[in-house]
Amino acid sequence: MTSTTSPLTAEELSATTLLRFATAGSVDDGKSTLVGRLLHDSKSVLSDQLEAVERASLGRGQETPDLALLTDGLRAEREQGITIDVAYRYFATARRRFILADTPGHVQYTRNMVTGASTAELAVVLVDARNGVVEQTRRHAAVAALLRVPHVVLAVNKMDLVDYAEPVFAAIAEEFTSYAASLGVPEITAIPISALAGDNVVEPSANMDWYGGPTVLEHLETVPVSHDLTGCPARFPVQYVIRPQTAEHPDYRGYAGQIASGLLRVGDPVTVLPSGRTTTISGIDALGRSVHTAWAPQSVTVLLADDLDVSRGDLIAPTGSAPAVTQDVRATVCHLHERPLRIGERVLLKHATRTVKAIVKALPYRIDLSHGLAHDNDPAALEVNDIGAVQLRTAEPLPIDAYADSRLTGAFLLIDPADGTTLTAGMAGEAFAEPPSAAGGAAGDEGWDF
Amino acid sequence: MTTTVTHAEQKDSPYALTHLDALESEAVHIFREVAGEFERPVVLFSGGKDSIVMLHLALKAFAPAAVPFSLLHVDTGHNFPEVLDLRDRTVAEHGLRLHVAKVQDYIDDGRLRERPDGLRNPLQTVPLTEAISAHRFDAVFGGGRRDEEKARAKERVFSLRDEFSQWDPRRQRPELWQLYNGRHAPGEHVRVFPLSNWTELDVWQYIAREGIELPEIYFAHEREVFSRDGMWLTAGEWGGPKDGEPVETRTVRYRTVGDMSCTGAVDSEATTLESVITEIAASRLTERGATRADDKMSEAAMEDRKREGYF
Repeated sequence: MTSTTSPLTAEELSATTLLRFATAGSVDDGKSTLVGRLLHDSKSVLSDQLEAVERASLGRGQETPDLALLTDGLRAEREQGITIDVAYRYFATARRRFILADTPGHVQYTRNMVTGASTAELAVVLVDARNGVVEQTRRHAAVAALLRVPHVVLAVNKMDLVDYAEPVFAAIAEEFTSYAASLGVPEITAIPISALAGDNVVEPSANMDWYGGPTVLEHLETVPVSHDLTGCPARFPVQYVIRPQTAEHPDYRGYAGQIASGLLRVGDPVTVLPSGRTTTISGIDALGRSVHTAWAPQSVTVLLADDLDVSRGDLIAPTGSAPAVTQDVRATVCHLHERPLRIGERVLLKHATRTVKAIVKALPYRIDLSHGLAHDNDPAALEVNDIGAVQLRTAEPLPIDAYADSRLTGAFLLIDPADGTTLTAGMAGEAFAEPPSAAGGAAGDEGWDF
Repeated sequence: MTTTVTHAEQKDSPYALTHLDALESEAVHIFREVAGEFERPVVLFSGGKDSIVMLHLALKAFAPAAVPFSLLHVDTGHNFPEVLDLRDRTVAEHGLRLHVAKVQDYIDDGRLRERPDGLRNPLQTVPLTEAISAHRFDAVFGGGRRDEEKARAKERVFSLRDEFSQWDPRRQRPELWQLYNGRHAPGEHVRVFPLSNWTELDVWQYIAREGIELPEIYFAHEREVFSRDGMWLTAGEWGGPKDGEPVETRTVRYRTVGDMSCTGAVDSEATTLESVITEIAASRLTERGATRADDKMSEAAMEDRKREGYF
């Protein structure tokens, strides 16, 4: 893979795709070293940034530059030597542009991992080859599974400290893969690395010829960022109604939005929800171009054949595969705020482009991510960083999908109506996907009731 | 590892987007969310490249209707004339409404005092905050990008500010999926950054792809400059050069455009968009590191200014 070291032409640069991914792991696992090496070896750390890190490291009496300082941007983080928040980093190779959500690995920061994973198409989970799969690794796998991150990479780090021994890697990979697969993670790639020595991060390792797979960067560059959208039903939340009412466009009435899932075609019969009225798509404007087909995640303006009452908050979906409309939402949530979530609480629920009043009717259980996903039934409240099930009743019907079927139209936020605080992240439906059929039965053996 | 797909079999479907299309789509979505949820949004518009790209995205987001926002420029009084010229032509061309808050007015009537170092960027915060409150703007679009600076790397797309425009990094709302929470109390407002996920290179590639006009000072030209703190500053009425700072003529261009007192030019032969892109892709310095005196003041200079209400 020499592509990362040669300069890129303007043409190469503009033809790349975008991959959003998240990293999870603690400082001890070498996450900062891995991130630092990806940025450094892809020439994304520039010399003034490196100088600033070197200055700061020297100032704290460290001899080598502490690459964690690249991402720990806030004063409190540097002072306390911790990462408080999700940091977004950007780098590019000839093949791809990357957006990295670098999330701290401390147990108490589940909400940051959830935040980083919510937009990620891939998650890198780090383990220390000497320690193998530990509780925190299981938590990271569970968060990736919960947020339905399509691709998970297990980076078994510090292979240099276990003499690059294949059996060590194989045992960890096997344990992690069967655990993550049992949670429904659809694709897992295990890679033996040494972030410090550079083995299999960007360049293939000369120390592990028993490993025939890709390096971390090769995998990031080639993992599919899109899939065959013809299989997913289209979902188009209306953001804004465009009505110029000018002499040039006296009757133009377009529905602006970003396609959340699937593809839209001119001529498609569609249903507008929650009203249930039907019409067909008569035109699609893709930011200045009139097109016949558009797909997720394009921002477009949709024109409809009939003059219906459509406004912000409505959802346009294909007639025949529109989501059910309901006022009773059962969901898995991650509670994000120090103020606990309790039964009877009145909240605002923001789903796609619609915000409605809702009330918490029940809190059926809390899941302990660190102990075999034990259920704690009927908790008094959900505290910050808790994952659990919630039963909600909404003031208006919502066209909500199961999160498993559509991440963007199955997700919602709960908001405090008094001060606007974001309280809770919600995913409609049950917590974890059914495991792939090959691993079927594992869930049942554990006695899960979903 | 039965679930692992063989590496060679993986490929993208025909429905992949280029990274520029993906970033454009995200930014347009953000503009439309604000249009749908706020009463009085405003776009910070200086005529610099990031604000010009923001306006271009806003025009695309609402076409064929007009952009449903007005524009606001905080004028430090030390602007590059080429930039003000393009600012005014752009406003006229699209029939937009521009509000200008002038730092010079605040200095003239004593509400602000000139700093000993002559930097005017830090003085923008008060006129900005007062313009926001006087016009009752509830959403303020800024061109800030997370790749610019490490305090900005943790900024949200929707960033809640109190009535003093202050930013509290520890009280930021988590931002998940594409669900932006713009709720705020009366007197508070939300700063919105549609270019959060763009890099300097993305901005230039997008400018090239879309054929967007920029002020000429972004391209290599001959200019009378002098060296201060390792940067080439333009000689001018704003206060430079001082004694012992010899002026020379060099071929330079600007990577960022701000107040003349703290924005440095870089040596460059890049006269076209294509050569600028090639130059940036090969650059070993970040754009702020190369050209901004105000960020070099301390390790947390940007964080401190953001907390006080800076862009």
